[in-house]
Amino acid sequence: MSNSFLIILGIITPLFAALFSYVCRYSNNLRDSFGIIGGLITFLVSLKIFHGIQNNEIFQITFFTLFDGVDFTFKITALGSIFSLVASSLWILASIYTIGYMRGAGEKNQTRFVIFYSIAIHAALAIAWSGNLLVLFIFYEILTFSTFPLVGHKQNAESQSAGRLYLSILVGTSLIFFLPAIFWIWLETGTLDFQDGGILINHFPAEHLSLLIAMLVFGIGKAAIMPIHRWLPAAMVAPTPVSALLHAVAVVKAGVFSFLVVIVYIVGPEFLLQTKSSDWLVWLACFTIMASSIIAITKDDLKARLAYSTISQLSYIILGAALASSLALKGASFHIITHALGKITLFFCAGAIYVTAHIKKVSELKGMGFKLPLIFFAYTLGALSIIGVPPFIGSWSKFYLIMGSIEREFIIVAIILGISSLLNIYYLLQPVVIGFTQNSRREVKLTKAPLTVWPPVITGLSCLIFFFYANYFLNNVSGVIVS
Amino acid sequence: MFNIFLDDAAALVVVLPLLISAIIAFIPSKIWPWIISLVTLVLHLVLSLHLLKEISISGLIIYEFGNWEPPWGISFKIDGVNIGLQLLFSIFVLISTFYSRKIFLSEIDSRDSGKAYSLWLLAIGSLNGIILTNDIFNLFVFLEISALASISLIALGAGQNRKALLAAFNYLIIGAIGATFYVIGVGFAYAMTGTLNMNDLIIQLAQYSDGQLAIFAGMSFMLIGLMVKAAIFPVHIWLPPAYSYAPSAVSTLLAALATKTILYFFVRLLYEVFIIYPSYLSLFLDFVLYPLSLLAIFIGTLIAIYQDDIKKLLAFSSIAQIGYITLAFSLKDHSGITSGFIHIFNHALIKGGLFMAVGYFAILQKDRVTLTSLKGFGYKYPITSFALLICGLSLIGLPLTNGFISKLYLFQALYTNQLYFSIALVALSSALAVAYFWKIVEQMWFSEIKFKSEKEDSYIYLPIWIITISIIVFGIYSSPIIEFSNLSADYLISGYQN
Repeated sequence: MSNSFLIILGIITPLFAALFSYVCRYSNNLRDSFGIIGGLITFLVSLKIFHGIQNNEIFQITFFTLFDGVDFTFKITALGSIFSLVASSLWILASIYTIGYMRGAGEKNQTRFVIFYSIAIHAALAIAWSGNLLVLFIFYEILTFSTFPLVGHKQNAESQSAGRLYLSILVGTSLIFFLPAIFWIWLETGTLDFQDGGILINHFPAEHLSLLIAMLVFGIGKAAIMPIHRWLPAAMVAPTPVSALLHAVAVVKAGVFSFLVVIVYIVGPEFLLQTKSSDWLVWLACFTIMASSIIAITKDDLKARLAYSTISQLSYIILGAALASSLALKGASFHIITHALGKITLFFCAGAIYVTAHIKKVSELKGMGFKLPLIFFAYTLGALSIIGVPPFIGSWSKFYLIMGSIEREFIIVAIILGISSLLNIYYLLQPVVIGFTQNSRREVKLTKAPLTVWPPVITGLSCLIFFFYANYFLNNVSGVIVS
Repeated sequence: MFNIFLDDAAALVVVLPLLISAIIAFIPSKIWPWIISLVTLVLHLVLSLHLLKEISISGLIIYEFGNWEPPWGISFKIDGVNIGLQLLFSIFVLISTFYSRKIFLSEIDSRDSGKAYSLWLLAIGSLNGIILTNDIFNLFVFLEISALASISLIALGAGQNRKALLAAFNYLIIGAIGATFYVIGVGFAYAMTGTLNMNDLIIQLAQYSDGQLAIFAGMSFMLIGLMVKAAIFPVHIWLPPAYSYAPSAVSTLLAALATKTILYFFVRLLYEVFIIYPSYLSLFLDFVLYPLSLLAIFIGTLIAIYQDDIKKLLAFSSIAQIGYITLAFSLKDHSGITSGFIHIFNHALIKGGLFMAVGYFAILQKDRVTLTSLKGFGYKYPITSFALLICGLSLIGLPLTNGFISKLYLFQALYTNQLYFSIALVALSSALAVAYFWKIVEQMWFSEIKFKSEKEDSYIYLPIWIITISIIVFGIYSSPIIEFSNLSADYLISGYQN
């Protein structure tokens, strides 16, 4: 199979999954199976591309020219191959989980749900593989619009206002900051293509680089840096599969991925290190990490707590990008994988607890650990990975980030990362501790939903297993960022 | 025989609709006036294409009526500046006429069909005259014919809502004031120079190269008059009620083309004639048009957010969009004029498509289209709704639609002129456009109620989709629009440099 065919196959498979889901809307089982099949196909494609990138193959396809110097083109970068691998592999599990959850929770409009779910995956993959910043922007917007129906899925007043907030923040910031920033880059350089080492050096006035970085980091609202983070907790009104795959993996990772791509392939780490234009962002990221960790502690609603934890973890990646040293970038890119695995596990568990026991609050979890041992087991694995305890995969990315901050002589940042890990321990493991506290006074009726239990167990275990195979990913990460 | 016909193409594109208009007023049939109009406009398109061919060979056509030479007789001028607009005009009037039949049938008394199409062609002929004329007084005549035709057409909406009469009356009064201003200005110019022909005017004005108060007064009167007619903020107040209470087909025609043709003449007057007084021109552009455009963009968008009536919402959005165009024209350089023309083309398509879709909804529910009445329309009428969605995304300016191209070039023009504040404001208001447009989308697809889909009339959604597809095509393959706009700017700027 030729390389350009692989790209097309990977990108249209989710669209066909959406189409077939619609065609087969009257048969629930058939309809829901297309997510799994689509996930398998895109996963295999992504895997093949991942290996191709390791072997320095070139994956590129150009469709047409949009305007001077900007084509509608897909070109897979090393970063993109990582992101697409994460998104597609987790899509398989999330599809299985979705079946269990949506039926278990008795949600309405399931057809619309699976359709937009697939379209969102399509957009995420296209973002991962986009060849220039404008194509990335196009699919960034498609991702926003396609997740809007998922956020507002329940169609009650609460989800409607959450959907409005979600859309207005994400689309608003992208139109006010991101798009003008893209125009600016184009006007200064005449191109928007992703190139190793960036395109801005020697073309862009160094004294304005800080402003450009600010426009980008606030324009890419999906990266959820404070103060542009409110949409993420609001989006938690969506059914849990959305929170799990989209608001822990696809959407938010698309945000930080976009920012990383901009730093690595547009601005160029070299240029950034020379001008030190992103040092201010280091502090903002640190602030976001600490502030959202503290807010997470105060949240009793499990999903809200996880959402604030996500905001904090996303800022790790922004922090790595802002530090721009090779170790920090390595850590940031790797954190895309590790956080995705860990956080999807936690969200899967939160949803599973909701479906089986109808509990949303941490304080009501008393004694549930004994009743739902598998779920709590998986939850603990995921939490430990995010905290960064060896031998879990999350420890690698944290290690590299700390090394990166020391490399740039930001010792305080390294300390902040340590404190944040302590806070993580508190707010992520507290539900486990409560879960295994005896004396549950009230009886809870349990509904069985096995399809929601096994996916988190698998992702949780893979957090453990991939610790030992981290090099498999790290090769791909470092091979590109160093060059 | 046909060649003789083609020789006078420049005159016929205006005269033909006017002539036929006089004839069909007396046809007491429901369908014949429409068919005759359609045939007329097909011929109109053929003539326009012929003009395009001529222009691509010779670059300039001056048509002298009755062979009276320019300073004395009336002349039409077709060159790179207006040929693109002429084509757009021809194509759009044909599509909207095709669309108009069912809309007229359900919104006005069917016995009035002949009269309606008579006025329709009258408006088309006179608006086309505005595009072609090379004579400032002749322009006034066309302005008045088009205004009277439009007012009568708007008043036809009274069958639906009595407020249409008020809107028409408003337009009549305010339009008349604008026209008076303009004609006073023409009077001044004539008194000083003794000529009405634009080319001659340029030559005659050169003798007052140090400037004369009377000339400046005349110019100011003309510009203010045209601003009223083009609905440039803050003299736009006639436009929202006029667009929103007119029969839907009429709104489509007016929103897409009426103000655009006047804006075209406006910029032509500025950069071809008034350029003789650069200091006066930059005073007007920098301190009047530029700030007013920014206000129009911002205030138009803000008001649109709070509208409940969809046609009114679109009308206020038009005020903002006219602001984008005049903002671009106020930049005094090639990139600005180009982006202004690009937006004239693109916005004509976008607003045309939006008004067509909303107009169809109005006759489907036999009532005014408000936000709440749109509930569930996305499921009820999926074909039209989807077209509306695409047009709306283009209005916001998302990539792969022609609205994005407009925005791109406007940003570029503002950036080369280092107007960073305007860039920020344009970016902000395009984000605010999401607010008013998304309210519509939310009602159509994400409200509580669900409906089964109903049959849609292909006579109506076909033209809507032609416009919609052209929006996407010109978003991806934008070079035709950009080339025409570049050409217009080339011609105007060459006058600027001489």
